[in-house]
Amino acid sequence: MREITFSEATLEAMAEEMTRDDRVFLMGEDIARQGGIFGQFKGLPQQFGLERIRDTPISETAIIGAGVGAALAGMRPVVDMHFVDFITIAMDEVVNQMAKIRYMFGGQCTVPIVLRAPDGMVRSAAAQHSQSLEAWFLHVPGLQVVIPSNPADAKGLLKSAIRSDNPVLYFEHKVLFKMKGPVPEGDHLVPIGKAKISRSGKDVTIVSYSLMMQVALEAAEELAKQGIEAEVIDLRTISPLDEETIFSSVRKTKRLVIVHEAVKTGGVGAEIAARVAEEMIDYLDAPIRRLGAPFVPIPFSPALEKLVKISAADVVRTVREICC
Amino acid sequence: MSTIAAGPSDREEKAFAPAYDPEFLKLLYRRMVAIRRFDEKAGELFLAGELPGFVHLYVGEEAIAVGVCANLTETDYITSTHRGHGHCIAKGAQIDRMMAEIFGKRTGYCKGKGGSMHIADFSIGMLGANGVVGGGYNLAVGAALAAKMRKTGQVAVCFFGDGASNRGTFHEALNMAAVWKLPVVFVNENNQWASTTPYQTTTAVRDIADRAAGYGMPGTVVDGNNVFAVYEAAKAAIERARLGGGPALIEAKTYRIKGHFVGDPEMYRTKAEVQEQLAKNDPLKNFVKQVTEAGWLRQEELEAIQAEIAGVIAQAVDEARQAPYPESSELYAGLYAQSEVR
Repeated sequence: MREITFSEATLEAMAEEMTRDDRVFLMGEDIARQGGIFGQFKGLPQQFGLERIRDTPISETAIIGAGVGAALAGMRPVVDMHFVDFITIAMDEVVNQMAKIRYMFGGQCTVPIVLRAPDGMVRSAAAQHSQSLEAWFLHVPGLQVVIPSNPADAKGLLKSAIRSDNPVLYFEHKVLFKMKGPVPEGDHLVPIGKAKISRSGKDVTIVSYSLMMQVALEAAEELAKQGIEAEVIDLRTISPLDEETIFSSVRKTKRLVIVHEAVKTGGVGAEIAARVAEEMIDYLDAPIRRLGAPFVPIPFSPALEKLVKISAADVVRTVREICC
Repeated sequence: MSTIAAGPSDREEKAFAPAYDPEFLKLLYRRMVAIRRFDEKAGELFLAGELPGFVHLYVGEEAIAVGVCANLTETDYITSTHRGHGHCIAKGAQIDRMMAEIFGKRTGYCKGKGGSMHIADFSIGMLGANGVVGGGYNLAVGAALAAKMRKTGQVAVCFFGDGASNRGTFHEALNMAAVWKLPVVFVNENNQWASTTPYQTTTAVRDIADRAAGYGMPGTVVDGNNVFAVYEAAKAAIERARLGGGPALIEAKTYRIKGHFVGDPEMYRTKAEVQEQLAKNDPLKNFVKQVTEAGWLRQEELEAIQAEIAGVIAQAVDEARQAPYPESSELYAGLYAQSEVR
């Protein structure tokens, strides 16, 4: 299969969906004339024009709020947040409007909007441009949250998100934009709500997503050399969580480690750990372990930033603590 | 059918030509009376303990919603506020389904999921009341953007209060609407009170309409207690928007006759102040005086409408009382759309 970058995969998904459905359009800051700060929108204005690829004012509440309004009026907007950190400016639009409108109006309408949000640490972007905030939205009924780890899923999840009649938050790690990998051509759809077993194993289940999947898989390689067969699950969707895939793996391996770049406290790992503990604690042969960033804003200095990142060595050490 | 639409004519031909078609005048009156009676009844029911949640009444502001919406078609959009019953009725919503909703019954517009602050009727372009002050601007901008992109000729109207004019969303929405020349009209209902706080203590300009200049759009102040003044101002703005002229801001000056919510002890103002306002600025009394003095409508015609509305409201209350509450099996219904991939 041909190999393209994560960024190109999202571009292909956008172009295919915009060709397929003329209700799909894109708006955000610096997306048309610049092509997106990570080049993830390059070429779209030439193909679809500045009506459908819209540069917006720096007005996050209007970008998301107008996206919701357009969705209610029959369009299928994709809106770009520049950096996920800026979603905080428009939390009313996301949490009180986008997520609630369908339910509180008795299911009268659909809200088919995709909110794209580059996240994660890259090159000392520091406290306000480095966060991973996906767990916040797991807490909000009415939203769907997807988070690809590779180019193929980036394309398939974005296409599914655009075709979903529900509001979808699509988190894309800034480091992943340059990642190359095989991506199916044409209508490649990855279902929302389905995790993927990226590596099979019998001794421990490692659940991860986004950029940390690379760390988890690297750790699994190393563990295999040490005689520990880790099963690695790529969540791909944070909400709704694919409990079934997680539970059946843990039933088999009897050990669970969750790895994410986001702050450990109150993170996605906490929710997974709680659900496994509630539903299947009798299956467990060891305590559940979570790996996430320490409870501190992301520092600027490279010397400090590296302290909040999870490494493959951290994962190996943690797995060994509960397996050996 | 309890929608407040134009009824059949029982009027004899007159020898003179009124400024407005008599059927149109009756429609305005019918809708204003329906709002007044609906909200008076809602207040009464709430105080009697029959309604859950809380209720914000539109009493005294009827001329604004009715005057504006008389310019809209069924496919045009409106966004509303927490004080939204009037906007619903003015846009043509069904009284019985509204009443059932504020009772929390499954026959209500939102199947009992929304309540007084969250009534919507998407079939007539009523995109919902909104529990967040200033939450509706951007939804209206987006609906207008959709209309412009699809070249449908639809217009969106955003109703908002004087309190909401101080939200940051006001700025972002008006600027985006102006720079993209969207067909949206922002209608400010300046009722002088942001909850319990008087307008002049929170807002540096005397007229909110002055702010329009900052966005390169026309701003107009109208007497919000005169349905004809509102109608004419809205007509100009809506026609302009529909023809591609871009957004406009209308400030309709009025006064909030009732408390912020039903049960508000109103410690922040005197009863005399309210009585004085009601005596000189009641939009229904203004209307009756104007149309009867001009001979546009007869007293009997107005009384017939009052009787008709009383019947509609009474029936809606009876039906809502008897309607079932939602089943516990309906708790999750409507949360997510099922058609995941189409």
